[in-house]
Formats: sequence, C-alpha cells, structure tokens
Amino acid sequence: MAKRIDVSGLNAYYGSFRAIEDISMTVEPRTVTAFIGPSGCGKSTFLRTLNRMHEVTPGGRVEGKVMLDDEDLYGAGVDPVSVRREVGMVFQRPNPFPTMSIYDNVAAGLKLVGTKKKSEMDDVVEKSLRGANLWNEVKDRLGKPGSGLSGGQQQRLCIARAIAVEPKVLLMDEPCSALDPISTLAIEDLIGELKERFTIVIVTHNMQQAARVSDRTAFFNLAAVGQPGKLIEVDDTERIFSNPSVQATEDYISGRFG
Amino acid sequence: MSNATLSDRRPSSLRAASLPKWFSWAVAAASVALGLGVSAALGLESSIQWALIAGVLFVAGTFGIAARVEGKRQAKDRVATSVVWVAFLLAVTPLASLVWETVRRGVKVLDTYFLTHSMGVVSDTEPGGGIYHAILGTLEQVGLATLISVPIGVLTAIYLVEYGRGRLAKAVTFFVDVMTGVPSIVAGLFILSTWILILDMGPSGFAGAMALTILMLPVVVRSTEEMLKLVPNELREASLALGVPKWRTILKVVLPTAIGGITTGVMLAVARIAGETAPVLLLVWGSNFINANPFSDPQASLPMYIYLQYANSGGSGAAYDRAWAAALTLIAFIMILNLAARGIARWKAPR
Repeated sequence: MAKRIDVSGLNAYYGSFRAIEDISMTVEPRTVTAFIGPSGCGKSTFLRTLNRMHEVTPGGRVEGKVMLDDEDLYGAGVDPVSVRREVGMVFQRPNPFPTMSIYDNVAAGLKLVGTKKKSEMDDVVEKSLRGANLWNEVKDRLGKPGSGLSGGQQQRLCIARAIAVEPKVLLMDEPCSALDPISTLAIEDLIGELKERFTIVIVTHNMQQAARVSDRTAFFNLAAVGQPGKLIEVDDTERIFSNPSVQATEDYISGRFG
Repeated sequence: MSNATLSDRRPSSLRAASLPKWFSWAVAAASVALGLGVSAALGLESSIQWALIAGVLFVAGTFGIAARVEGKRQAKDRVATSVVWVAFLLAVTPLASLVWETVRRGVKVLDTYFLTHSMGVVSDTEPGGGIYHAILGTLEQVGLATLISVPIGVLTAIYLVEYGRGRLAKAVTFFVDVMTGVPSIVAGLFILSTWILILDMGPSGFAGAMALTILMLPVVVRSTEEMLKLVPNELREASLALGVPKWRTILKVVLPTAIGGITTGVMLAVARIAGETAPVLLLVWGSNFINANPFSDPQASLPMYIYLQYANSGGSGAAYDRAWAAALTLIAFIMILNLAARGIARWKAPR
C-alpha cells in the first residue's frame, strides 16, 4: 500500500524567488521521515511539493522530479487532483470544515468526490476515526459540528479525514505545534500506528519529537535570509542525533544556533 | 464611596480621583436643561437648535469637569465617549422620527382590505382602494431582478476571488465599482433606450426588473466577494489536499462556509432596490389595475404607488393616507427582509 518517494533535483519557486534548491532524497515506504531545520529553510515548501500543493500558492512553481514508486508527480499529463488522493496532508493548525458535522468531515474526501454508498461510508468513517484514535471520544456525537472538539481532537479529526481517502503517503506539516503536550503525545502515538500502513513525512520544530517518532531525519538549512533552503543531510534518526556527518547539523541539534 | 475617592489625596501611582458613575447622566441632564433655557431666553423656536446647543454643552462640560477632577487623559477618554453618544443620537433621531411619523400616519387605512384590493375601481381622490396591485408588482419586479442578478453576481464574485488573476479580473473589479455609482435614473434610461426605444418593446415589469438588476448586481458582487475572502484559505487547502477538485471545493466547502454572509448581502441588495422609484417610473409606468404578468403591460409597484398617490390626487386626504400606508408597508417589507437575512446568517453561520 505505502509507496516510496524518490526526489531528484527539485527546485521550488515563489514567483522569481527560489525557496528550495536542488533537493534529492528518498523516503522509504512504511517509515516516518522527519524534516527539521530553522524557520524559513523551506521544509514546509518542500513538503508541499510532494503532493503538488505548492502550486496552489499564487506564483508557486516547481522544477525537478518527484517519483511516487515509478510515476513522476510532475510528469506531463499528471492531474494534481489524483496526486493529492495518493498523497494526503495534515496541516499545522487543525482545520475541520466548520459547516460540517464530525461524520461529514471524515466522509468529506469521499463525499466530495462522490464515490461511496451510505453503508460503505459508515464503515469508512468508523474505521478512519478508530485509526485516528478518536472513535471512542466522538462516537456518540458524530452529528455535532467538528469545530466543537478540542484542538487535539480536531487535529485527530483532520488526520481521520486525511486517512479516510486511503492515501499511500501522509504528509504532516507541524501537526502538533498548536497542541498541548498531552494531545501531542496522542498524535505521536498515532503516528507510530499509522506508519504500519502509510509512508509518513512530518515537518517539526521540536527535535525531541523528531527523535521520538521518526526513523529517518532530514536536516534543512539556508545559508542566509533570502537564500534558498537546502537539504544538508538525511540519515537514520539515531545517527543524526548521535553522530551526524555534517557539522551544521550537530550545531543545530545541540542548540548552538537556530 | 465616591466622596472617599474624590477626597483621597494620598499620593498613589495606581489610584487617582475618579468621577462617580452618574456623572455623565448629570452632565447630560444639565446640558439639556441649559440648552432648553438658552433657546427659551433667546426666543429660538427650532427644536434642532436647543438639541445642538445641548450636545455642544454636553461634550464641553464633560471635558471641563473631567479635566479638573480626573486629569487630561481621562478627560479625553470621556470626550471621545460623549462625542460617540452625541453622534449616535444625531443619527438615530431622524430615523426614529421618520419611523414614528410613517407609523402614525400609515396605520389609518392599513388593514387587510387595503392589502388585498387594488385601485381599479377607485378614483385617486376618493377613499377606499388598496395596494394589492402594487405589492404584487414590487414582489414580481424585485423577484425577477433577484433571479437574474444573484446567479450572475455570485458567479462573478467567485471568479474574482477564486480564479481571477491579472487584467481581466482588474477590469471586472473596475466595472463593478463603476456600476456601484450608476444613478438609478441612468440605469432606467439605459433600459428605456435599448429595450423600449430600440427593440420596441412595451413597458413591463420585466423591463423594470432589468434596470433593477443593473443596480443590484454590483452590490451582490461586492458583498459576495467580501464574504468569500473571509473564508480561511486553510479550508480550501484542506479540501484540495483531500484530492477534491477545485470547483467542488468551491461548491461544497467555500460557498457553504460563506452562505450566511452571501444571503445577508443579497437581502440587503434586495432592500436597496425595493425602494427604487425612478427606473420603475420610466419602464413600468404604473397602473391602477392588477397585472400579474410581469412580461407585458404596465404594472404598479410600491414606491411608484406612493409617488402617484401624492402626485395625481390633487391634495386629497384619502390619497395621502394611502400613500403613507403604502410607505409603511414598504418599510415593513424591507425590515422583514433584513430580519430574515439576520436569521439566515445566524442559522447558517459556521459553528
């Protein structure tokens, strides 16, 4: 189910400004890969190039190759809508649809594309909410608006919404930065469970979090403000946090800058 | 307690002398009394003059006393507050007086008979008759105008907010702005010259509805645009990231989130055109008979009914009463629309 991502020679632009420069890396299936690095180094931009969300921003443009198994996401004739069905995303701030109930939020991806029948929908909603460890908390109020939940519950609702469409890869853009430690723990546990089924890429500012949840870690940096961000190194998380091969990584992790 | 704070002169950096709560009311009462006294003494007759004098005295008095007792900063604060109050009263007084006058004069002949009969067999100078034909005309003309302008307006706004980039969007925005400023008589003349003079169609409710559309369209576009801009981008991104196509995202996520505000905007636009007289006068002509077909022959409408009752009756009291009652009906109609808009906005508001 989960797929491998193979990026080569990727540049992303905002208008004429190059935000990330020449990134090449591989994300293995059924692993958690963490992106760390200082603010503005292009982690989120890079993440958004992996499901073609970067081009939604006005002026957003991408050069290079992103292979999902053996298909290039930026190849000719590739429909970004189909790409996003394969590569789901969870955002920094929980953003359930305010006009929809909890049930409809989870079912949104399926409903808005109009594929499933009602009975199948019920199963998918329950499965996804269970998958996001939210089922027991909301099963009695599926008809209530999703915005009535707490922040941590809302974020898990968003994860349930993202996994309901059965993507192959799940991208998470600082999913815990707006949450308290207990909700964060719940999401981190969830990530550990989800990696059995999905390839997970997570952007985080919290290095302990990267160390806790990820198998591989990629460190991004930028030479100076206004310069494009670059991938400094990517390696097994243990190695990055104990014995990185680049000095800048060690400086960043040990808190000497950034 | 207030005495204690007033006389408490111990040096404290946090506490300062403060005026009691009834201070503003006392100053207001005193300035009203002074204003009345001054205008009586000078023999001023207009009630506007004493009110203005009282307003000025209220602001000046508040500042003077507060500056003495409380200090400069608090005095400025109190002046700002009192200016807001005076401005509020100045704005509300004409409105309240208008509503009061319309209700007082309008209720005389306003009953179910008046609402359900036309002027077909009643001469304009005699008592009796009603406004059924005018209500029917207004509902049909406004309804048609709404039917035409809401789809066009909402789609234009969607284009401007969700798709429009570059020249075309700028041009559309510019022309919408220009349309906002078109006087209603010009809209009427435009339809008159094309529809009636060039295409040789007769006067009808539909012709009036087209002119009303021109007036309504920019209001709908503008309010819808503002409402769509208020929808957080995160929701669009969340939907797109689920693999939902853009048009479905707009239809199922953006529009439902904004629908309350859009409805309010449409209702306000309806309220704005329901009272238009000039284009209706030019294009619908008015009639004393019930004409339920808006596509042929002259129709009546409420604002034009009011005008014709006033203009054609040669000063007959019965006609004046009917005009006031029709005005009251029109105000009530618009108020009901506004209340409905608020209700819908509250009901549909994202929770």
